[in-house]
Amino acid sequence: MKPIYSIIIFLFITCISCAQQKESSVEALTPEDLNYVTELVVADINIPWGMDFLPDGSMLITEKTGKLIHFKNGIKTDIVGVPEVYVRGQGGLMDIKLHPNYTENGWIYISYASTEGEETGGNTAIMRAQLKGNALVNQEVLYKANPNSKKGQHFGSRIVFDDDNHIYFSIGERGERDINPQDITRDCGKIYRLNDDGSIPQDNPFVNSENAKKAIYSYGHRNPQGLIKNPNTGAIWEHEHGPRGGDEINIIQKGKNYGWPIISYGINYSGTSFTDITEKEGMEQPLFYWVPSIAPSGMAFVNSDQYPNWKNNLMVGSLKFQYLERLVLENNQVTKREKLFEGIGRVRNVKQGPDGFLYLAVEGMGILKIIAKK
Amino acid sequence: MKKLLSTLCITIGFAGIVNAQQTEALKESIKRGAEIYSDFCVTCHQPNGEGVPKVYPPLSKSDFLKKNREKSIRAIKYGLSGLITVNGIKYNSNMSPMGLSDDEVADVMNYITNNWGNKNEKIVTEAEVAKIKKEE
Repeated sequence: MKPIYSIIIFLFITCISCAQQKESSVEALTPEDLNYVTELVVADINIPWGMDFLPDGSMLITEKTGKLIHFKNGIKTDIVGVPEVYVRGQGGLMDIKLHPNYTENGWIYISYASTEGEETGGNTAIMRAQLKGNALVNQEVLYKANPNSKKGQHFGSRIVFDDDNHIYFSIGERGERDINPQDITRDCGKIYRLNDDGSIPQDNPFVNSENAKKAIYSYGHRNPQGLIKNPNTGAIWEHEHGPRGGDEINIIQKGKNYGWPIISYGINYSGTSFTDITEKEGMEQPLFYWVPSIAPSGMAFVNSDQYPNWKNNLMVGSLKFQYLERLVLENNQVTKREKLFEGIGRVRNVKQGPDGFLYLAVEGMGILKIIAKK
Repeated sequence: MKKLLSTLCITIGFAGIVNAQQTEALKESIKRGAEIYSDFCVTCHQPNGEGVPKVYPPLSKSDFLKKNREKSIRAIKYGLSGLITVNGIKYNSNMSPMGLSDDEVADVMNYITNNWGNKNEKIVTEAEVAKIKKEE
């Protein structure tokens, strides 16, 4: 055979053996002039995962290995009576969210990996409880995904409320890509919706489907670690980790299938592909996808007056590239992306506090506040 | 002299058996370690242990891994944060404790230290991992 043929054949094999990926539609840029800096507010927290603000302005912060920290007047206090947490792989004590009417009812919602159940291993649980002094009391487990697994992946965890006080939470597919996400009779790889007392809303999409998990609100998800309410529309926005490429932002709609792993803009970590298609009828397209992956965690809409130039922007933490991503949206289309505070560390969470400031949870560091440059 | 020779032969023979057993045990451990790796580590350290430049340090041909057996075990067992230098490049990130049992830590250590150009014939055992405490 002539050498040229072998080269052509070699090139052909090289091309088909590695899946081709289409990069994100908008590139992330480094800002030319950033008028903000970060200030360390709460120091020395190894993996701050969830945070929320009490009416007195103090903070509740979860640390992945199982600590719930109350930060008030510069002092950290450990809350006692936190449920036992299954710390393995990506699981542990995860998100925390106050009820929208917290001042009246005192309910606090947390997500954590739990061993409750028959099999060995663990899976994601949602609990509500109240604070009494420094103790977590009146604990009620509202949901526990089954079965347990010793796998380390994809616990999901994020909690949010809609305008009608339904609680939504995410549970990832627990490393069972081909079993869980597309099957509504199984837990994991889903966004769930419950009433605030844990009961199933009568208008949940699968209440009349045989054997379905009635708490499911949407399915076909991989590992959602961002879940928020759009303050302008009341809609629930989600983002999730893809594998190698294919992280997504989605607007969560009732009963919809978000496609994982049938459609995806991602490929296997090894570079091989698991699906050839990125679109399919009956499956939702993401509002935006990231190729390459940024490993998104935490998300916030900015609507405060502290950041006039960032109004209605979306902020997303990047674990992988260690920055805060600012996404500018026009008619639900991403038109601009910026990498803020590059090299700051693994940004696990971002929230807008009641004071209008943005707070970041950064691994190996703690909680930081974004303030104007002096 | 004869006695000495036979003792020597027995010793060598015995050492050979022990070595063969160790090799077999190491092989098995590496096999289990591969599964742990693809479950807990691959997301950051990548399929061929190459890591992500300036973000997640490489494990393949890693001088850190070669020179710091105990530190590496400790990192997998309890997590690692702060500045480290791997193959001349500085990394300042954070690895959370994975919640692996001691035998799983040993298996994954045997896998990563015998792959991608790394070589470690002295098997990491569950007992060795058990002895390693959080602080140096």
